[in-house]
Amino acid sequence: MHELAIAESIIKTVLDEAERRNLGPVKKIAVRVGALTDVVPDALRFGFEAASADTELEGTKLEIKTIPVVGKCRNCGKGFNVEEHIFICPVCESFDIEMTTGGELDIEYIEADDRSI
Amino acid sequence: MAAKIKIEKKILSENDKIAAAIRERLHQNNIVSLNFVSSPGSGKTSLLEKTIGYLGKDIKIGLIAGDVQTENDANRLKAAGGEIVRPVVTGGACHLDARMISKALENLDLEKIQMLFIENVGNLVCPSSYDLGEDMKVVLMSVTEGDDKPLKYPAMFRRSSVMIINKLDLLPHCDFNMETARQNALKINGKFKIFEMSCRTGDGLDEWYSWVKNPKI
Repeated sequence: MHELAIAESIIKTVLDEAERRNLGPVKKIAVRVGALTDVVPDALRFGFEAASADTELEGTKLEIKTIPVVGKCRNCGKGFNVEEHIFICPVCESFDIEMTTGGELDIEYIEADDRSI
Repeated sequence: MAAKIKIEKKILSENDKIAAAIRERLHQNNIVSLNFVSSPGSGKTSLLEKTIGYLGKDIKIGLIAGDVQTENDANRLKAAGGEIVRPVVTGGACHLDARMISKALENLDLEKIQMLFIENVGNLVCPSSYDLGEDMKVVLMSVTEGDDKPLKYPAMFRRSSVMIINKLDLLPHCDFNMETARQNALKINGKFKIFEMSCRTGDGLDEWYSWVKNPKI
């Protein structure tokens, strides 16, 4: 259940950013979670609700976008969707595959009142 | 009115920053570091006991032993000859993070060691997200756990560089197919360096020792 720790990192990062940028209350947080990160969206949402209670982010909406795993063959250059975590090139059958997406754990954007505007 | 404000920041950027600093410090001191991960009971401590027993004469090894509770593993490593052992009791947390490693390194003289072994908390899920500043992850599984383990925990197996299949001595008693296990692992990570061994009988350990002295993929 490391989603709670991940949620705490989201909260800390967002509160720091909001303070640094002099933002008003944060209404929404949009995060990207790669499909190969072992972070479960429902557990993350639950962790966020628990960890944000009694903070300035209580009630803030957490939007989680799941990013599929995409690979690129280092042998023939073919890009492809990695199904069921099988990193084998569908064209040349090479096992030498670079993961181009699917490992994300990013805060993409937030929605808040921008007091500087 | 609410505005959309781009952040584009890694959620674990704080952890990654600390991990990068650890990595740099270790490299400045020419220290090779391995992060050992597995389910509880796959044999991480046994492997480290054997490894420090064998390599400890020639190579000074620093050890960080993570556990949710107790310092039992750290005590085992000391008893096995580990001179520089730092226990990290997470007190419930299911993984080690870079801050814990940084703290454990505070009172460890890096000029005195050539290698750093980190024994992570027994867990194949949570530790996969946390960079500890190590050079590579070594993932262990044992034949009692089933040959589909890599498929069940793809994130961890994908992020590891080395896979160890332990408890070979129990193979006759288990429905474990070695070839299936290897194929499952290679589907996830085609570059895996794989070792088969029994820490109990010593079978397969020589190959591991000669690799781990100078670990390269």
